[in-house]
Formats: sequence, structure tokens, C-alpha cells
Amino acid sequence: MSEHFDILVVGAGPAGIAAAVSAAAAGKRVGLADDNPAPGGQIWRSGTFQPAAARRWLARLNAAPLVRLQGWRIFDSPQRGTLRAERNSDCRDLCYEQLILATGARERFLPFPGWTLPNVMGAGGLDAMVRGGLPIAGKRVVVAGTGPLLLAVAAHLARRGAKVVAVCEQAPLRRIVPLTAALLGEPAKLLQGIAYGVAARGARFFTGCWPIAVNGREKLESVTLQRNRKHWDVGCDYLACGFHLVPNLELPALLGCRIENGFVVADDLQRTSVADVFCAGEPTGIGGVELALLEGQVAGLAAAGRTAEAEKLARRRKRQGFVHALRTASVLDPQLGKLASDTTIVCRCEDVPFAALREHANWRDAKLHTRCGMGPCQGRICGTAAEFLFGWSAASVQSSIRPPVFPALVSSLGASAKETCQSDGLPSAGASTGSQKEIL
Amino acid sequence: MSDRWDVVVVGAGIVGAACALECASRGLRTAIVEGRGIGGGATAAGMGHIVVMDDSPAQMALTHYSQTLWQELSDRLPRDVEYEPCGTLWVASDEEEMQEVHRKSALYATAGIATAILDSQMLADAEPHLRKPLAGALLVPSDAVLYPPCAAGYLLREALRLGARLYAPRTVLSAQAGKARLDDGSELQAARIVHACGADAAELLPGLPIRKRKGHLVITDRYPGFVRHQLVELGYLKSAHSLTADSVAFNVQPRRTGQVLIGSSRQYNTEGPAVDAQILSSMIERAQWYLPEIGALSAIRAWTGFRAATPDKLPLIGPWPEDDSLFLATGHEGLGITTSLGTARILVDHLLGEQTKIPIEPYLPSRFARSEAHA
Amino acid sequence: MPDPVRSLALRVNGVPLTVAPGTTVAAAIMMAGAPARRSVSGEPRGPLCGMGICFECRATVDGTPHQRSCQILCAEGMDVRTS
Repeated sequence: MSEHFDILVVGAGPAGIAAAVSAAAAGKRVGLADDNPAPGGQIWRSGTFQPAAARRWLARLNAAPLVRLQGWRIFDSPQRGTLRAERNSDCRDLCYEQLILATGARERFLPFPGWTLPNVMGAGGLDAMVRGGLPIAGKRVVVAGTGPLLLAVAAHLARRGAKVVAVCEQAPLRRIVPLTAALLGEPAKLLQGIAYGVAARGARFFTGCWPIAVNGREKLESVTLQRNRKHWDVGCDYLACGFHLVPNLELPALLGCRIENGFVVADDLQRTSVADVFCAGEPTGIGGVELALLEGQVAGLAAAGRTAEAEKLARRRKRQGFVHALRTASVLDPQLGKLASDTTIVCRCEDVPFAALREHANWRDAKLHTRCGMGPCQGRICGTAAEFLFGWSAASVQSSIRPPVFPALVSSLGASAKETCQSDGLPSAGASTGSQKEIL
Repeated sequence: MSDRWDVVVVGAGIVGAACALECASRGLRTAIVEGRGIGGGATAAGMGHIVVMDDSPAQMALTHYSQTLWQELSDRLPRDVEYEPCGTLWVASDEEEMQEVHRKSALYATAGIATAILDSQMLADAEPHLRKPLAGALLVPSDAVLYPPCAAGYLLREALRLGARLYAPRTVLSAQAGKARLDDGSELQAARIVHACGADAAELLPGLPIRKRKGHLVITDRYPGFVRHQLVELGYLKSAHSLTADSVAFNVQPRRTGQVLIGSSRQYNTEGPAVDAQILSSMIERAQWYLPEIGALSAIRAWTGFRAATPDKLPLIGPWPEDDSLFLATGHEGLGITTSLGTARILVDHLLGEQTKIPIEPYLPSRFARSEAHA
Repeated sequence: MPDPVRSLALRVNGVPLTVAPGTTVAAAIMMAGAPARRSVSGEPRGPLCGMGICFECRATVDGTPHQRSCQILCAEGMDVRTS
């Protein structure tokens, strides 16, 4: 089964919503595909607040004349101008003239002894679990790592009744607060207020501090924290720990979009190196909600052919002095790369320990000889960690990105692309012209 | 500055690694050069079967001989090699293919290879997820599967333990007249140079009758017991033997991890490594015909690779007639994992002037030099 | 006492459990006190990312293995098995 759109948007976070709403307002037939149960992306799901901007854009989305493909996960591009999506066991080909990629970002995880124990989660991860019904009231939580999510998550969990025992931010607070403000689209002052609020509920704030071990047998019982040269144990029920954000580049890479320094290259109108493919939001640089909304609108207008309006908006970006927030490398203390012991698992899918990886020269060799990254997460967790631990460049993408970019049913991967764009008699921007011989 | 060796092996795929180990274990001063990762070419891309094939008497001789060598080695293989003597079921979908089961069974018997003929019900019991009814199958219990990159890694480590030396990552720029020139400017001198660089061999030695034959594979998440044997359709013979057209065939393996490896496809005249959606689709369609429930498994990865194919489907093993110092060990197409050990053994026997266990003549590269001379 | 309208009954490893609508299967598994899965070398594992990319929360849901339980909402009568 296939569907046809003038403009297809992938990802219903702030950038994708803004892009889809803008393109639909320009009169185009728009599809918005997103793999979560509800729109909003990770940030408007896991943010401390439901900010005014979120309510405004979600209302616009609900009013917009566009096709919502909620719960559909894109895993392949069987031919130019077509993406393949799966939901449960259903499979669909989504055909487009113009494509806007707004695939967002995920947390970076780094291995340290004990990090694989149950109840050690990402900061956004625990937050999402709590929003998914996990009772947190009265539970002792340590929030640790680095990046803009920590403060927001700590505040949210505290409001839900968690006993936030400690918030450990590896970087100086003065660097993190503006970042958090940008990410959430909220003024820094407000955030400082929140920080005080969390503190008032009994949390201790530490900077230049991180977890070096998690202790427990079947699940987390305590975490060992380190600051300067001192370390101490803190008993807790959950550790919420993430190390900044990394963009989701698998789909842009599959489509051949140029990627430099870990981000998709896009011009002022959010055009990528591939014709008819735009990219907006975190994949072009971790810049937060406001920038994502702006980029999404620019991409939506540009894709719809409203170039002048798009250019005008794009100028606002420069005028307002948006800068992409700090790159991960400049945020992470090199010591975080030395926390894993020889036996610490790095690849959680295949249980590959740190020592097995160290002897290899690059990601591909490590993968082939240790099975690291060969599991269902496809290296999203361990490949991202390995980039930081071993300096293996772009471990998770670029080197060998192939379909499926996400696990999919064998039947979905093998579905024939026959009944797609061309055979419906509709014009397709990039329909394959290859004359592959039919077999069997 | 140059080093002197008895043998320099070019390429550390499974064939090169096996050759290096054979040389080192026979007391030859051996160097092995690899430009990419160990077992990173066709070795990494292949399915990893240790299987007897009977396309031709020569193919059967080499695969059978090699299989016995693998069996001798199997107790010593480390765990990560994932050696699994699961046997092969040659699946017959109709009575015509059942005839092939009987023919094969008789042929294998003459070679001393035990087989069992399964009727429709026995096949259904042996592999409950196969479609029903099928006509039957030939079970070859001595066939096995393994994980090739780690097998190559093991053979190489053994070679190094016995004194071989690895140059990696080093690309060989030229290799002739007893000299191998490397990309760091150094030169290795050797009495013999063994070309074992698979589909890339023709780049070093233009004129080699080797073409790249592209293949696709898909692997699933872990479903222990979904299939129990390597399953191959007997239509495989018809489709894989077609030397010109693109083709797909049903070939599925259980891995020790519980994963299911799905093959196979063959294409000429495509140099790019990209996954071809139409071939992938045909290949999976074929697998779904035989295993209707395989569509409901989760596929976690697909990839492609290039086999080194020769015109007569037999490898090139032995001296290259135009250069006394050059020996070839390439052109194994889809059977390099199986035949690596046999290739190494007869190559080194021949190189040392010793009697080979099986006749080397069918694999000698000179067979093509001759035909070219007549062309 | 569970409100029949505002609660769902399911089983996690055969043990009955009542949750609020909107609860993910991953949260239900954690409430039941079970690890979501055993790793390939037998270690207990639970959810990590909460957004469907790490695959640590995989469980067998109504007979289908390898389901990312953080992306699935609980339903009445659901049968969840962890390995």
C-alpha cells in the first residue's frame, strides 16, 4: 500500500510540526510521519512544562489539513522519492515530491561499571517512563550526567513527588543553564528559579561531578559519585543519567545527505545536499526548541515554494543571533571516557565488554570481530559511546548505513515496491529509472 | 630497506589467513599483508557455510576435502567462531526435485559422505516452519556453519603464533617477480607471493578471469529453534548456475545466536555496494515461499558483498604461469569459507613440491592461460 | 480497589497486575518488579532510553517476542512475558 504527498515530513517534534503546519498552510498535500504514540517529540513529551509554544503549535497541528501518520516508523527508502514505514505489522510506502527530515535527537549514554543494571536509565528515559505510568512518588532519584535535560528532568520528577537526592552535572552550571533554556525555549531566569525549587525540595547540586559506578545485584541499589578526587556512595532507587544529546542521523545518511562534524549540512533554506530533501531541527545542530521551530517553518515554506517568506524567516534567525549550542565534544570531560573497566559492557545488545573493543583499530573491525553494534539497536547506543571512547569517527552512521535503518519485519523489508509511486500513474519526483530485471 | 620471506600472502581474508597458517605450520618464513580489516571483505559478507557441493567432481573433491579439515579443527575453534554442525537440508519442493535428492544421495555415497533421505512428513517434523507439503529433502549431517570473520581471525592468530608476521593496515601496490611493494614505501622480498585477495585479485593482476558477483543477505533478531538446519532449495542448482542472469535462491541458516540468516542473491555487472530493493524483495519473497512465517520475524540488518567468480566456477589455486614467483588462491565465489582450508593445504603441498591429497590440476590457473592462448 | 473504568488488568509473567490507562508495558513490567529481559549473557536488564531506540525493554507481548515495551500501551487482558 502506498500514499502520495507533495511534502512528507518525518518527525513530529517542534521542527517537524512547524514544517508540516507551514507547508499545509501553503496549500500543499502534507504527510507527517512520526514513530511515537503522540506528537510533540521527545522534548515536548519530556519537558518540565507544557510551555505556551507547545500548546500553540499542537493546536495548530490539530487544526491543519494534513495527514497524520502517528506511530509509523520509517525504516527504508526502497527507491528515490519513497520512504517505507511500518506500524505494528502494517507496512506502507510513502511517496513524496519534497521531503523534510526532522528526526530529532537522542540521549548519549556512556558506559561505567554497573550502568547496565535495571533502574539505571537515561535522564529523558526515566522522565519518559514516569510519563508512561511508572510511579515515582517517594522514590529516591539521582540525576546525573551532563546537558540540558538534567535540570528539566530533576524538576519534573520532583514535582511528581520523587525525592531527588542529588543532581550531578559534569559541566559548570553557567554553561548548562543557557543550554537548557535554549533547548526548552524558556528564559534562563525561569530555569534558575526551577533549580532553586528542586534544591528547596532537598536535592543537592554538584557540578564537576559524575557517577563512576552503580552498585547492586539484580538492580541498582546505590551509585558511587565522584567530584574532584573524592568519591562517595548514595543510596537510591533510580539513576537518571545521560550525557547531552546526539542527533538522529540514520535516515539523512541513508538518503545520502552530506553530514559534517556529526550534523546534517543544510543551507539557509534548510536544503540538504540531496535535491528535494530538507532538514530541520537538531540533526542540523543541537539548538533547542525555538531554533527548531524557526527551521521547521523555513523548511516548510521553502519546500512549498514560498521562497521569499522562507528567506525572510531565515534572516530572523541571523538577526536574533541564534547559535547552535555547544557541540558534545566541547561539553564532555575526557575523564568520562575512562570510567569503563575491562569488564564493563559497552554493547548492551550483544554484551561486548570494553576490553574486547580496545584492541581494534576502528568501528568496522570491532563490529565484525566482537559483534559490537550487531544487535537490534544497530549501534545507536554503543556506536555513539564508541565514538567518544575510542574516537572512532561517526561510528553509528556513514560508514555502512543500509536499510533497514531500524529493525523491521522481514515481510516489510521484503515488500515489493511495485505498487508505489509510478504504477499509480502519479508523477514522482525521483522515481527510480533503473531497469532491474524481475526475478521469479 | 626490504625484508626477505619464503612466502608473502596478500590478503587476510579467510583464504589468505588459512594460507598463512599452512605456510607457517610447515616451517616457512611467512608474511601476510592486509589493507583493510582482517576478514573484512567477502569473508565478512558471506554466510559462513562448511558445505559439500557437487556441481562438478572437482568442486566436490575440494569441498569434501576441506570439510574434513574443518572437522579435524573443530575441537580447537574458539567459541566466537560459532562453529555449529547443524547439517544441511536440500529441500525438494516437488517430485522432480526429489529425483535430484536421490541422485545426490547416491553421488555423496560414492564419495563416502553419509546422507539421509527425508520424505514429506519427516521433513515437516525436522523443520516445522517449512511450508507443507514439500516433497522431501536430502539431509547432509556433516555440513556446518560458522562465523567467518572470527574464523579468519583465529586462523591468522594461529599463523602469527607460529611465527608469521602481519603487515596491516598495509596495501600492496604491486606484487611480482618476488617483490611486494607496500603503500608505506617498503618492499617485501619473497620466494613466493600468494595472491589471496578475493574479488580484488584482478586489480593486482589484470587479466585474471575473475568477476565480481554481488550478493545480498539479511539477518534477523534471535529466534532460537526457528530453523534447525541450514536449508537450501534444490532449485538453487538451476538459479545459481546461471552465469549471466541475476538470480535469487532460498538459503537460510540457523546461527548459534538463535538468529536466522537469510540468503541468497547473485548479480553480475553491479559494482556498487548499495542494497538493491528489488533483489532484496525477490530474495525475501523466495524465503517466505518456503518459510511462510519468516515474514513475521524482525530483520535487524541487511548487507551486500562481492564474490570472486571464475568462468568455470572453480577457484584458482597454484602458480600463475606468467610469473614463477606468483601463486594464486582466489576465485572461490561462494565457497571460500568451506574451501579455505583445502585450498591452503593443496597450495602449500604444491608449492613445496609435495604430493597433494586431491589432484590440484582442475584448479590450476594455467587452465585459463591455455584457453586465452587459443582465443 | 481498582476502578474498572479507569484501570486495566493484564498479566506480567502470569501475575495479575492493574494499571491506569495510558501506562506503557515497560512501566507495567517495572511495577511488577521484573527485569524486562535477560541479556545474551544472562544479566538482568531494564528500560534505558524510554523512547524505543535502545531495545533494552524488549519483552514478549501477547506471544510476539522482541517487542519494545516502552512504545506499547497496556491493554485489557494483555499477556506480557519477560525472559
